[in-house]
Amino acid sequence: MSEPLVSLENVRFAYGERTILRDISLSIPRGKVVAIMGGSGCGKTTLLRLIGGQERAVGGRVLVDGQDVAKLGRDKLYAMRRRMGMLFQFGALFTDISVFDNVAFPLREHTDLPPELINDLVLMKLHAVGLRGAARLMPGELSGGMARRVALARTIALDPMLLMYDEPFTGLDPISLGVIGQLIRRLNDALGASSVIVTHDIQESLQIVDYIYFISEGRVVAEGTPEDIRKTSDPFVHQFVHAEADGPVPFHYPAGDYATALVGGPA
Amino acid sequence: MGGVFRKLGSMAIDMVWQLGFIARFFWLILYYSGQSFTRLRLTIRELYFSGVLSLLIILVSGLFVGLVLGLQGYEILQRYGSTDAMGTMVALSLLRELGPVVAGLLFASRAGSAVTAEIGLMKVTEQLKAMDMMAVSPIARVVAPRFWGGVVSMPLLAAMFSAMGIFGGWLIGVVFIGVDNGAFWSQMQAAVDFRYDVLNGVIKSCAFGVAVALIAVFEGYDCVPTAEGVSRAITRTVVSSALAILALDFVMTSFMFRGL
Repeated sequence: MSEPLVSLENVRFAYGERTILRDISLSIPRGKVVAIMGGSGCGKTTLLRLIGGQERAVGGRVLVDGQDVAKLGRDKLYAMRRRMGMLFQFGALFTDISVFDNVAFPLREHTDLPPELINDLVLMKLHAVGLRGAARLMPGELSGGMARRVALARTIALDPMLLMYDEPFTGLDPISLGVIGQLIRRLNDALGASSVIVTHDIQESLQIVDYIYFISEGRVVAEGTPEDIRKTSDPFVHQFVHAEADGPVPFHYPAGDYATALVGGPA
Repeated sequence: MGGVFRKLGSMAIDMVWQLGFIARFFWLILYYSGQSFTRLRLTIRELYFSGVLSLLIILVSGLFVGLVLGLQGYEILQRYGSTDAMGTMVALSLLRELGPVVAGLLFASRAGSAVTAEIGLMKVTEQLKAMDMMAVSPIARVVAPRFWGGVVSMPLLAAMFSAMGIFGGWLIGVVFIGVDNGAFWSQMQAAVDFRYDVLNGVIKSCAFGVAVALIAVFEGYDCVPTAEGVSRAITRTVVSSALAILALDFVMTSFMFRGL
């Protein structure tokens, strides 16, 4: 089996005194779609930022295509990022330029292709996400689902080896959600890329991903293929899949004794 | 008592950190400036937004400041029978002080705040992060063109402010009050020295341009990425720019115009 495209080895990360990731080890195999799941604030997005080199781990290693991301200088990091694509939660389209120019942006920045060729490439990318007809619209004229599809077209503009998706399903209607899900799978396979999706949406993810990691309190607490996840009796996964309010992830934020607090003690 | 000293010490340390951060940010802007000049279209676009769109407020304000200078100047000069020196007074006031300073304050409110808001909102909507993830430096693509747009616009706007102010002074003095037209212009021509008065004013407006543009881009780039954070950053841009302009003006005036 070939070495995975991305490997996290005993990664630790903290914002100041607040520890986010305690000891994470996981891998993203080449050509696969992997989902990373967990409650809000558990460090899922931080994982993407570590893989993209926007944050540096305080311990452990993040390897992308065999290179330790934390040890790359600015130029090498940017060279690596040209082979990565990241879809942000709300698309992060540049609001002062059109849909066409948004998708053309990485091509114009990183290639010397003639305008005619850029035009064709942009239209092909927009066609792949079903929005060739929206090329001349401005981002403010798009719905949430359309904006995310345009951002997806921009993400794949340079045919990256790794695609990262930060909460791609948030705030979408069921149709848009299904469209984005299918596009993620289809584009990954068509480009021969590897994808990592950070999401809460378990039902959509189970249909399109090859492998799932569950993260809680800064650690991987469960993992497996969609089949394994459906069958598992792991209490955390069970709580997550069935959206139960209380369980291994407690309903209450840690606090002192309730009765003591009610009679005037410290909260 | 100890608490007060601790607080003062903490404030001083924060200020030193902030200054160091601004200095590093300024260095990065200069480092990436070459890229913003090779993509001249971006800088010209910012020149339009910062400069051309500020023209109206600059020209109207310059006119009114000139009108007021004309009225006040005439009222004072006539006490000494020196109304012929009105052109000199209006021109020197504008070229040395009011042009650079008032144009700088207006520029900070109109263009500086807009630049901070734009960069801040790009940060809130993750556009800067997206750019960085696309291996495009936001400082080269977003910050440096806006910085240079401001730096180039400011002295031009200050010059137009002064020109409009002199026109306002002439309008009140010569057209409405009846000061002699020839005396107005010839006294101005004789008393205003190009290097000492005009050039020093231009140097001041360049320095104010650097200060306002740097503060505006820094506050936008450094803001907390929330609606409240952007709002606070805009306020800081206007307040810090005004203080920087007035402080720089005092320091530069004390070196430039000693009357020696």
